[in-house]
Amino acid sequence: MPKQPNTALLQISGKTSGALIELNSVTKQYPNQPVAAVENFSVTVQPGELIMLVGPSGCGKTTTMKMINRIIEPTSGSISIDGRDVLSLNPSELRRHIGYVIQQIGLFPHMTIAENIGVVPKLLGWSKEKTNDRVDELLTTVGLEPGDFALRYPKQLSGGQQQRVGVARALAADPPVMLMDEPFGATDPITREKLQAEFLRLQASMGKTIIFVTHDFDEAVRLGDRIAVLSNRSRIEQFDTPANILTNPANDYVSSFIGLGTAIKRLVLIPVTEARLGPASAAPASATTVRTTDSLRDALDSLVLTGLPALAVLDEHNQGVGSISVDRISAVLGAEVPTLGSEA
Amino acid sequence: MNLDLNGLLTFWARRWDDILELLGEHLTVVTLSLVIALVIGVGVGMLVWDKPMHRSLVIAAAGVALTIPSLALLALLLPIFGLGWTPTVIALVMYSLLPIVRNTVVGLREVPPAIMESALGMGMTPFTVLLRVQLPMAWPIILTGVRVAAQLTIGVAAIAAYVAGPGLGQFIFQGLSSLGSKNALNFALTGTLGVVFLALVVDAAFVGITRITTSRGLRA
Repeated sequence: MPKQPNTALLQISGKTSGALIELNSVTKQYPNQPVAAVENFSVTVQPGELIMLVGPSGCGKTTTMKMINRIIEPTSGSISIDGRDVLSLNPSELRRHIGYVIQQIGLFPHMTIAENIGVVPKLLGWSKEKTNDRVDELLTTVGLEPGDFALRYPKQLSGGQQQRVGVARALAADPPVMLMDEPFGATDPITREKLQAEFLRLQASMGKTIIFVTHDFDEAVRLGDRIAVLSNRSRIEQFDTPANILTNPANDYVSSFIGLGTAIKRLVLIPVTEARLGPASAAPASATTVRTTDSLRDALDSLVLTGLPALAVLDEHNQGVGSISVDRISAVLGAEVPTLGSEA
Repeated sequence: MNLDLNGLLTFWARRWDDILELLGEHLTVVTLSLVIALVIGVGVGMLVWDKPMHRSLVIAAAGVALTIPSLALLALLLPIFGLGWTPTVIALVMYSLLPIVRNTVVGLREVPPAIMESALGMGMTPFTVLLRVQLPMAWPIILTGVRVAAQLTIGVAAIAAYVAGPGLGQFIFQGLSSLGSKNALNFALTGTLGVVFLALVVDAAFVGITRITTSRGLRA
């Protein structure tokens, strides 16, 4: 039987959505290395927030994340979840309350999908029925039919399906905190986009506090509530919402990391309904239309593809509510984007 | 001395119950030794797999044991353990340890780092990881080691008749010590063929054992 967790752990495990995470002057210095891997890193993550740590390879973003569940032990500094000092807890018991997803997924090949998802519930001493119910529920949540997938083995699944199981496994015990290390990095672009969309939908209903590591700035813009742009030794160059970073990069490092096409990247964040739509009659007849749920980036994409001056915008009942054109998209971004035409 | 096939068949017909008994003994002493060596070998492997120094020492020691000629090893064990099953089993266990320990260490270390990390990251203790992740994943490799040990010990067990050990070696030694007599060749030949036959049967059995005891998710 598992030991009764101490009160601090109960405090963390008692909630299933959102916990406050605080890192204070966290430093990781490996022995025999001239410079620290992570130096003086401080950040406060609000409950239910999805924070992206983004930076080039080797900048220490993964090390920073792995110190939260103590896969890597910090040299100094403090880390707390909901005010409880993480470093004073038993690491194995702590980790059962922190969801963990890595790029290589790390499913156990000798266990079925159901057994993989049931690992943490089993460690927590859940009953068989409760675990089984939870496995079915989670498989359904990530879009895999339990009857079809529960008894399969990881090698019988595609990469995208495996990563869905990886996410389901991390969610098994409904932890308040999730750590994700480039979880969609190894999938092809189409699968990645799909997984990202599903993940956003999932997070909207769960409200976990999530630390998400990526080197892909576009992914950070798409998923993050706030983005921490990191340079060497996990130095925070800017920590702000995607829109603010795109509009006002703090320095040259951030600008160069964002790269070209900031206007187009910003469009991802803005729904079509933000634009002042033209009259529905302005759109020439075309099979291609834009949905009110689409982003301006989707609208621009369709405009460029069709070459038409404007496209009809339809609501969820397929009713035309107006039309969208390139100049109406430009208008949303304001006067700061004189180069939009050449970038598109 | 010529091989008389009819004589050999008559010999088998007359002594089939002796032959079966020796086959049974041979199989029993090998199985017993392998089970003991499996417990010791996997246990030692689990203790040293992540400690480079201990690991090298253990594998070197098991390697040395394997280089001792079987006749010499039995002669060394004789004054301490006497005659019969005890020195035989001890010698066979010593020969089995190298392939089993080595394959256990290799198998436990071969688990990809990502799987180790996700196991720890989910809150398994290092011991749970060893028991529930590494050992099951290493199992086919460990079994390969046991299979090699089985082939080795079936042969060595024949020599154990030197210390009055059980098995087909008794026939071989009886034949060799009575060269010239009518049944000498029949004894030696029956013992030898029995060992070869047993080796083939046991090897085939391992295919089945591996299949049954390995997770479907690990099979190629």
